[in-house]
Amino acid sequence: MPPQRKGAAARVSEDTEDLTRHPLQAILLADSFATKFRPITLERPKVLLPLVNVPMIDYTLAWLESAGVEEVFVFCCAHSKQVIEYLEKSEWISQPNFSVVTIESHNSVSAGDALRLIYERNVITGDFVLISGDTVSNMSLTQVIQEHKERRKKDSNAVMTMVIKQSKLSPITHQSRLGTDELFLAIDPQTKQLLFYEEKTDNLRGIIPLDNALLGDNPSICLHNDKQDCYIDICSQEVLSLFTDNFDYQHLRRHFVKGLLVDDIMGYKIFTHEIHSSYAARIDNYRSYDTISKDIIQRWTYPFVPDVMFSGNSATHLEREGMYRASEIEQSRSARIGPFTVIGKGTRIGNNSNISNSVIGKGCSIGSNVSITGSYIWDSVTIEDGCDIRHAIICDGVVIKSGAVLEPGVVLSFKVVIGQQFIVPSYSKVSLYQQPTVEDSDEELEYADNSSGTVDSSITCTMDTLNREMMSETPASQLGPGGVGHVWSICEGGHEEEWRHSVAPIPADKLAEATQSLEDDLEFLNLDGNALSTSGELKPGRNGTDSEDDDAEDSRDDSIYYEKEVEATFLRAVNENIKVPDVILEMNSLRLSYNMTSADCAGAIFYAMMKQALEIPHATAGELRKNAASIIDAWNNLLKFYSKEIDDQIEVIMKFEEMCLESVKEFSPHFSQILHILYDKDILEEDAILRWADEKKDAEESDKVFVKQSEKLIQWLREASEEED
Amino acid sequence: MDFQVVVLAGGTCKKLLPLVSKDVPKALLPVANRPVLSYVLEQLELSNLKDLIVVVEGEDAALHVGGWISNAYVDRLHVEVAAVPEDVGTAGALRAIAHHLTANDILVVSGDLVSDIPPGALAAVHRQHDAVVTTMLCSAPVSGPTESGSSGGKDKIKKPRRYNIIGLDPSKQFLLHIATGAEVEKEIRIQKSILRAVDQMEIRADLMDAHMYAFKRSVLQEVLDEKDKFRSIKEDMLPYLVRSQMKSEVLLNGAPQAKNGNEKVSFQNNQAVVSQILANASTLSFHDLYASSNNGTALVRRIHKCCAYIASESRYCQRLNSIQAFSDINRDVIGDVSHLSGYSFSAHNNIIHPSAQIGSRTAVGPHCMLWEGSQMGDKCSVKRSVIGRHCRIGSNVKVVNSVIMNHVTIGDGCSIQGSVICSNAQLQERAVLKDCQVGAGFVVTAGSEHKGESLARK
Repeated sequence: MPPQRKGAAARVSEDTEDLTRHPLQAILLADSFATKFRPITLERPKVLLPLVNVPMIDYTLAWLESAGVEEVFVFCCAHSKQVIEYLEKSEWISQPNFSVVTIESHNSVSAGDALRLIYERNVITGDFVLISGDTVSNMSLTQVIQEHKERRKKDSNAVMTMVIKQSKLSPITHQSRLGTDELFLAIDPQTKQLLFYEEKTDNLRGIIPLDNALLGDNPSICLHNDKQDCYIDICSQEVLSLFTDNFDYQHLRRHFVKGLLVDDIMGYKIFTHEIHSSYAARIDNYRSYDTISKDIIQRWTYPFVPDVMFSGNSATHLEREGMYRASEIEQSRSARIGPFTVIGKGTRIGNNSNISNSVIGKGCSIGSNVSITGSYIWDSVTIEDGCDIRHAIICDGVVIKSGAVLEPGVVLSFKVVIGQQFIVPSYSKVSLYQQPTVEDSDEELEYADNSSGTVDSSITCTMDTLNREMMSETPASQLGPGGVGHVWSICEGGHEEEWRHSVAPIPADKLAEATQSLEDDLEFLNLDGNALSTSGELKPGRNGTDSEDDDAEDSRDDSIYYEKEVEATFLRAVNENIKVPDVILEMNSLRLSYNMTSADCAGAIFYAMMKQALEIPHATAGELRKNAASIIDAWNNLLKFYSKEIDDQIEVIMKFEEMCLESVKEFSPHFSQILHILYDKDILEEDAILRWADEKKDAEESDKVFVKQSEKLIQWLREASEEED
Repeated sequence: MDFQVVVLAGGTCKKLLPLVSKDVPKALLPVANRPVLSYVLEQLELSNLKDLIVVVEGEDAALHVGGWISNAYVDRLHVEVAAVPEDVGTAGALRAIAHHLTANDILVVSGDLVSDIPPGALAAVHRQHDAVVTTMLCSAPVSGPTESGSSGGKDKIKKPRRYNIIGLDPSKQFLLHIATGAEVEKEIRIQKSILRAVDQMEIRADLMDAHMYAFKRSVLQEVLDEKDKFRSIKEDMLPYLVRSQMKSEVLLNGAPQAKNGNEKVSFQNNQAVVSQILANASTLSFHDLYASSNNGTALVRRIHKCCAYIASESRYCQRLNSIQAFSDINRDVIGDVSHLSGYSFSAHNNIIHPSAQIGSRTAVGPHCMLWEGSQMGDKCSVKRSVIGRHCRIGSNVKVVNSVIMNHVTIGDGCSIQGSVICSNAQLQERAVLKDCQVGAGFVVTAGSEHKGESLARK
């Protein structure tokens, strides 16, 4: 042990030396690997979307520069050309003491892929800051990096420090003001080590399950529901190699953080750093876009505010009531511009128009009698007379013809045209592009978004060349007379969640609903509690067994579901004539996901086969047997694959027995014959049958029905084996 | 103080066999030559809690306990002794005497508690928060120090033992989660709804339920009535109340019987809530915030508060619920926490009653007690042990880490280590006992050697 220690210590000190020599580095992921900003992100990468008239990536870069980072590696994937082009034109490339290097990839679908690629490039030399290009912050990194290094000196397993911030959740919707889901953290109050991280309410049971072992090492742990993950991580070099070692790590939090927390072999540790007075937030969805925009306007992010030149933003002046105005604005005298509004350069505003709590970009023209509240209007947008726009995001080049109404939560992507007098319903998303048909309905599975990821890039590549014709053929006038654009259908199940992540405030009826569900939740919990207590009223010893019963019930449920899945898979295999190796693949994945043994597999498959045999119409019992025989014949290899071991084979027999007794009594007269068929087909070895018979020897009479039925076969097998001997 | 105290004195606990018997129920087991029950009664008296019901399991045991109390505390405390059937559990015992309860708040304390934590502090915290239940928590004995203390004793506990898993709010005043018994060994399951209301919860494994609770009487009676299957306070009632604190059922059920003196319900009336909140504006607990944050809906959340009083680490708190604990407590009371025993120790840190007789070259070490009328022969050695009244001990006897009760006869050349010898037992010459328990009146034959055995008359 001592020599090892010394080695580690030596390495650490070397590391720190390295750090003093090497500049502070950062990896900026200019791709969120998510689809929450669709359809806008089909045309422009998320990091280039304007946030209060400045592309998001500028906030991130400006902060990194001010925080003393010297080298930034910008990882670009989706729309990488646009990002690189933008950066090359920007002043970031030519800053002294601040180098921005782009790393381009076309086939990364997750943050994990990105980090693996960066690892291969071998550019990271020490501790680094890992952030995505949609982060707005003004925190100082000095302290957190200092803490991180100190910890590293003591414990080389402390590979990451995560920045968190206090954030009170809405008691009703359980989401933060950034629209992110509630987060449950367990932190050691002394060392600030992160012990538990649950981001998604994937566990709907209202219970947080904490590993008992956690308390073994720490006498006390602190559970938090009031923290927000800022997605700013200080990482050690090892993090990159960890991603390479675990090629299935995709998502930074869901896989990497959870993976490290669960893994107790390597003993890597993650620590947290809480910031109190400074600002840090990540734009994750439309709601956080809204919230962070407001925070910027209200100057929480100082010095990154509209009237401070921190990048290529044009000069704006702060006027009373939080109004920012750029130069060259033409505004009618009768137009009223309310508080907390930003108006970009060269925008024209007509008579009697009313604008409040909104951001308006450069070169927009807004007609007369227009009312705009809580909306984000990007550059060169034309809004004709008499429009009513509430809580919408309107991208560059959109034309809204006179009298159109946008209900709250609408997103209009680039160059969409809304026809006259048209009313765009709430939460609509409109784009010139068709909704990709291979839409991955599950937004949560960002990393699994292979399909949409590739669609993304293919669209960007092909669109530029092909889009002319696509655009010229005017898409169906779903958008009123003269309207151009496709209304995206909201993917299944997404609608009820739409209000959570939209820029629009949450409507009252949703709030009421949420409150109700909250009450139901509690009700349910208490019911649950009652159930617990009725089982708990007995002696403690009993208590334990009761809950074991619960567990057993769970697993029983699992196995029922599993059987159903196997049955469905098998049915599909039969109907679609899928080849045996492919079925085996599917079965394997099922088996892994339900955590079943191969014996369970064999049993379930056999069950499915027999069910299938029963499905085929049959007039007599003899036909039924023939059906069974033919099915067994056809899927011989599949069943064999899973019943290689004697135990698996016994399981098949037991399963068959159980079926005959309970669910499918039709087979009971044929038990011994089918057993014989199985034996003939080499699915069952004689050992298996004999051992099954032996096991049943002491069983009750009722259980022995089938042993007796197969008496002959068993007898014959016994004699055969004796002869062999 | 309008508090009624229920002392659950137990009966003849099977775990303590052969130490307990029909004549010596658990409550009367001697700790430093005083019945263990006296330690609780003394603390209650010090806190001016004088209205007591002592609940004993079994009629015989009740007679014995009652007899002793009426002798010892006749003018000092107002004590009723109630007998309940055996094996009804702690909640069952409370249920049996529930109709005797009249005060607004009830303090329930286990009769086998040897502690110097003032019960008054618990009562005060209970009143301060208008809690439904308040639990006394003390630091769980860390295995390390106790082990080293019992150097020659039993090393049965190897792993750090876990007593309770307890969730507290950041101010450490409210009890948010409690897992006991068998649950402790499983994964920790925290209710999200409570965490949501409180934002932060500290989970600790280094605290122990000290078996002293304050209950609001109306709630106590209601829960006992409604949940007739609850057997244990610790395992059933307390977890139930803690679990349902954000969606209180006790009040819901109590609403129709508001006349029944259910002051909690009248408190729940909105105006009272408001005035209460205004009155304590500075100390709004998360409960109040949660209850009032109904966001314009007509819903009034029903909540109740479960509080915790955490005794400071320097306090002593042990329960006499096992033979190991019996030995440990006896050793502690004459050792580290000698102030509890109520005796004044000599310069040698031991107590030898003036009437005790000690032979020549017999050494009685520190942390020992030799009580009245006992005689010791020559060349004996006593270390960290308690010897009761009128024992007759021969010569060349070694007593280490042991408890010897009254009227015990020990022959020459015996060696007793880590053992408990009950009253009227007899050890013949050269008996060697290590980690044994000898029941009352048992005779250990000459020259026999026993290790880790429990010896008792059949």
